Amino acid sequence: MAEPSTGRADASVSLLLNGEPLHYAGAADMTLLDWLRTGRGLKGTKEGCAEGDCGACTVVVGTLADGRVQHRAINACIALMPMLSGRSVWTVEGLAGPGGSLHPAAAAMIDRQASQCGFCTPGFVMSLAAAAMSDRRLLDRREIGDELAGNLCRCTGYGPIIEAARRMGEIARPDWESERLQREREGLASLAVATGATGEQPALLSGQQPMAHLPSSLDELDRLLASRPAATIVAGATDIGLHVTKALRPLGPQIHLDRVPELRAIDVAAGRLVIGAMVTYSQAEPVFAAQIPALAELVRRIGSRQVRNAGTIGGNIANGSPIGDMPPALIALGATLVLRAGGTERRIPLEDYFLAYGRQDRRPGEYVRAVELDLPGPGRLLGFHKVSKRFDQDISAVCGGFNIALGDDGTVTGVRIAYGGMAATPRRASHVEAALAGEPWTEATVARACDAYVADFTPITDMRASAGYRLEVARNLIWRVFHESRHGPGATRLVGPDATI
Amino acid sequence: MSDCDPGSDPQVIRGGVREAVPHDSSRKHATGTAVYVDDIPEPPGTLHVALGLSEHAHARVTDIDLEPVRSAPGVVAVLTAADIPGANDVSPFAGDDPMLATGEVCYHGQPIFAVVARSFREARVAARLGRIAYQELPAILTIDDALSAQSFLDGTDPPYTMSRGDPDAAIAASPHRIEGEIRIGGQEHFYLEGQAALAVPGEDDDVTVHSSTQHPTEIQHVVARVLGLADHAVTVECRRMGGGFGGKETQGNLPAALAALAARITRRPVKVRYDRDDDFRITGKRHDFLIAYRCGFDAEGRIAGIVFEQAARCGMSFDLSMAIADRAMFHADNAYYLDTARIVSRRCKTHTASNTAFRGFGGPQGMVGIERVMDHIAHHLGRDPLEIRRANYYAEKSQLQKGERLLTPYHMTVEDCVIGELTAELEKRADYADRRAAIRHWNASSPILKRGLALTPVKFGISFTLTHLNQAGALVHLYTDGSVMLNHGGTEMGQGLYVKVAQVVAEEFQIDIERVKITATSTAKVPNTSPTAASSGSDMNGMAARRAARAIKIRMARHLASERQADPDEVVFLPGRVRIGEAELPFVEAVRECYRGRVSLSATGYYATPKISWDRAAGRGRPFYYFAYGAAVTEVAIDTLTGENRILRVDILHDAGKSLNPAIDLGQIEGGFVQGAGWLTMEELVFDDKGALRTHAPSTYKIPACSDRAPVMNVQLFERGENVEDTIWRSKAVGEPPLMLGISALMALSDAVAAAGEGRIYPALDAPATPERILAAVNRVRAGSPPS
Repeated sequence: MAEPSTGRADASVSLLLNGEPLHYAGAADMTLLDWLRTGRGLKGTKEGCAEGDCGACTVVVGTLADGRVQHRAINACIALMPMLSGRSVWTVEGLAGPGGSLHPAAAAMIDRQASQCGFCTPGFVMSLAAAAMSDRRLLDRREIGDELAGNLCRCTGYGPIIEAARRMGEIARPDWESERLQREREGLASLAVATGATGEQPALLSGQQPMAHLPSSLDELDRLLASRPAATIVAGATDIGLHVTKALRPLGPQIHLDRVPELRAIDVAAGRLVIGAMVTYSQAEPVFAAQIPALAELVRRIGSRQVRNAGTIGGNIANGSPIGDMPPALIALGATLVLRAGGTERRIPLEDYFLAYGRQDRRPGEYVRAVELDLPGPGRLLGFHKVSKRFDQDISAVCGGFNIALGDDGTVTGVRIAYGGMAATPRRASHVEAALAGEPWTEATVARACDAYVADFTPITDMRASAGYRLEVARNLIWRVFHESRHGPGATRLVGPDATI
Repeated sequence: MSDCDPGSDPQVIRGGVREAVPHDSSRKHATGTAVYVDDIPEPPGTLHVALGLSEHAHARVTDIDLEPVRSAPGVVAVLTAADIPGANDVSPFAGDDPMLATGEVCYHGQPIFAVVARSFREARVAARLGRIAYQELPAILTIDDALSAQSFLDGTDPPYTMSRGDPDAAIAASPHRIEGEIRIGGQEHFYLEGQAALAVPGEDDDVTVHSSTQHPTEIQHVVARVLGLADHAVTVECRRMGGGFGGKETQGNLPAALAALAARITRRPVKVRYDRDDDFRITGKRHDFLIAYRCGFDAEGRIAGIVFEQAARCGMSFDLSMAIADRAMFHADNAYYLDTARIVSRRCKTHTASNTAFRGFGGPQGMVGIERVMDHIAHHLGRDPLEIRRANYYAEKSQLQKGERLLTPYHMTVEDCVIGELTAELEKRADYADRRAAIRHWNASSPILKRGLALTPVKFGISFTLTHLNQAGALVHLYTDGSVMLNHGGTEMGQGLYVKVAQVVAEEFQIDIERVKITATSTAKVPNTSPTAASSGSDMNGMAARRAARAIKIRMARHLASERQADPDEVVFLPGRVRIGEAELPFVEAVRECYRGRVSLSATGYYATPKISWDRAAGRGRPFYYFAYGAAVTEVAIDTLTGENRILRVDILHDAGKSLNPAIDLGQIEGGFVQGAGWLTMEELVFDDKGALRTHAPSTYKIPACSDRAPVMNVQLFERGENVEDTIWRSKAVGEPPLMLGISALMALSDAVAAAGEGRIYPALDAPATPERILAAVNRVRAGSPPS
């Protein structure tokens, strides 16, 4: 399926695989993992779940931006081949140095005896390698846990792997690695010229139906969507990927938003935050940490490093899931959704986008362009709380966003509260809000507000939680907010930077 | 010949016993070059398989229309039970596990037909096109359903019971009594490598099957049975598994037999691997249990009489459930002497996947039962649970001659107990008493978060309780360059068995471990093997390999001595060389001399575990060669608003005897703890009311992740540990026992929940202790209390 590079640029995906330029001209819904294993015979990258939850298929993807290559770990099992156009892919096989010398990530894992059955090991090695390639040293235990949250190991209990992550930082980066990364940068630059990924023309995968389009401007995207309103819009594919691997659903023509620069921008200006639809969680994390610190811990707990490297804020909204974690937070923050079609944009309150389960206010040919919000001013009580069976890389049973303004006299002068996991869509708790508005922020008021939850929500029982638990926890989260407003977060947090336990 | 005397020469070999030798495949793991079944280069023309699964828990299949499947792109063959030339049975022994269901389906997810196609994806797409009509039948899904319907594997027989003395009278006469019940959830193995097999047809009707299995011999038998062949026509090989944990003791039978059948019919190589969701749906799991207890005890919490009624959900067939339920009974005492006891076991037959072996094999569930009782007694008496535990321990081996507090409910004398000594040392290392006081103090000033602490012991019986399985074989070839090829019946699933046995062989020959080549387990090399299970791998295969090596050494010694008019007893194998009387020659020279002297340099070794016997009908005997011991102290914190929880610190002291490989053993201990704690906390199997598993992938079934590992985790081997029995280098089995150290996490959570209330109401926390169950328990202990 893949031919050695001949400089041909049309109708194929050009990429670097372990440093070598290749063209891929197969099916557009081929996953990177299947291509590596069956197309390239690279069996070091493993399939553990084919849904982006175990990390055994972790590879490193290099992207050229502003003359520098950014390296990030992703799950190959749910990455679609068109996404790799103009990218560099490193697998565990490509990590070794000359004469089979070990990359520090592999050397550290061996040194700390961090493998038992070994099936997950290449994935861990690649997650560590991604950090090394990004010149990040992993020292702090929480940072390591976060970096490796998307890699499951069933044998070791993780202790020696955590030690390996620390050990890697002590191993000198070999010269051959920097030389290799230099060659990668050059290779990506020439790919960009050859494929026109600099902006002149879209890369197009049409060798077999269905095809994939990679528009590189908003106008081009508008035109494509106007002519193909039924096309599948692909953002980070952390959800769409499962349509391929689990639902076995034909995707039809794909339109990838990844190459549209206007969608990738995240801007803060005049107290307003504008997040392009294709901004990944990983890109947004430092911005949130600086602008809305209370939100950073929630974003950290969305998916795993691999998922946050691929998944986008826009995708999390657009797919309309009732259990996405960003919508309740953004609704509480009063976000506005910008939708665009045919060059025309309209703005709606984010909560109005979610009409019913599986149904959103998105017209044919329309797509999520951005989400905008006013940065909350000082003196606000902000809380974003996710409750799940596992802290890391789990889907919420309940997720609550709280944005409460208090007047000088301690009365509630403004309130926005929204929940995920409590209804068929992310939804505001309007009766609860009404019970709080204008009232003194006291225990008695909060207790009264708790009575209003049944008017707002009738949650369901599923494999994540029972209806009763959801309702109780939804109420208890506002107690957490109240308690923290009086005593600070140290006495209520088990995880995150505020935990003192 | 005599054993080497290391004191005679300072030089030592690399990789001998007791050395912390790394896993033999660690470099291959980290470089992606370790080959698992799905990584074996596919022979040209290899076909792929997907299964059509039942959509009902219990139904009669009234019509199957597979035409749309046959006409789907890439499909080469569609198989049903009618295509099976031999027996439609992949069960380990009972004959009740059809490979492909006919007539009646007995669980949601049961395979009905198989699609053989050019690619895995084409097979999967086609498998969803089958049109099957069902007539639904009443389904028994849960333990409660089965108990009320009296649906048991052993039918209407009275439930199997072990007993000693008259516990009813003892309970009645006791000053204190408790009763209660605990529900314990099942557990998905979640081996990272799913079930997989590759069958390559050979001459005649021969077939070679590469299988990810803990039991190659059983795969051989099942493939032969399904294809109607003699065992000799089937060769099964396994180099390594990407995790097993018991889930590949019998559950590999179906994919292997199916691959072999499809290879027979298509005359092409065929690979079967389960997509992860199919793997969850098709395969059995750890048995969930309901354990009811009644107990009488004195003011010190010392148990006078106890009655356990255990009920296990076995699923739709026997699989290994009888032995698993037996082992739950064998461990209903854990480390505690029960003066009078009755343990009753009900093996519930349900319309769910047939539950199977999982690390601990029923032992963990039995142990949770008695640990719950200890916790409950302590709450009843207002005492620290550790005091109650200590008061009930079996007598130490140092007190053996007194003859008291030694007898188990199955009438075996515990001769090697070290739990008291081990507990005392762990208490000190973990600073138990001071932390207990500090936590009490901290909880008093923390209204939302509560901490809890618990120390729980483990005493785990080592040996297959099905006595005939306690045998093993090995094959050792010594080549003329002095290198050794080692093979044995044990399989490698990450536990480090291969390297441990290689250490034993290196030690015997006194050669560096690099000279010993570990080779894939194969039914063609060592026949009639037992599963690598029951923690027995190193004990049995290590012994068998040592005997094989010794057989060669004896022949060599005889020859080398006779050539020099010396006595064979004067031949000593020293590091890298052999001494014969006064003479010394390099090992390789000695080997060549023996070859030229026409000495056989290949030997098999065989081992059968001594001393064990078990009369199941009478419930008496010595089912175990010895016991492995350990204990853990776990500290947790809970959030009383949400039930979220966290393990903060773990201290473990574990008895691996004289460890063959401390690095490997510590890895087993730490990994076992985390797996056990995962089972009892976050890992939750949820079935819907139609019997469909709703948590069938890692997106919904959560095993511990990296950050769930306790920030502080001190794991140590019990240095005074030594096996009183003559096991391989006096080591102890270490595969399963540490899993049960995870019970301390559940008991610590119970302690934290209790701290949320006033102490009047016992938390009665069920497992898994998910946030939801913890919050419910918090509400329970606070019931009737004034709101804070």
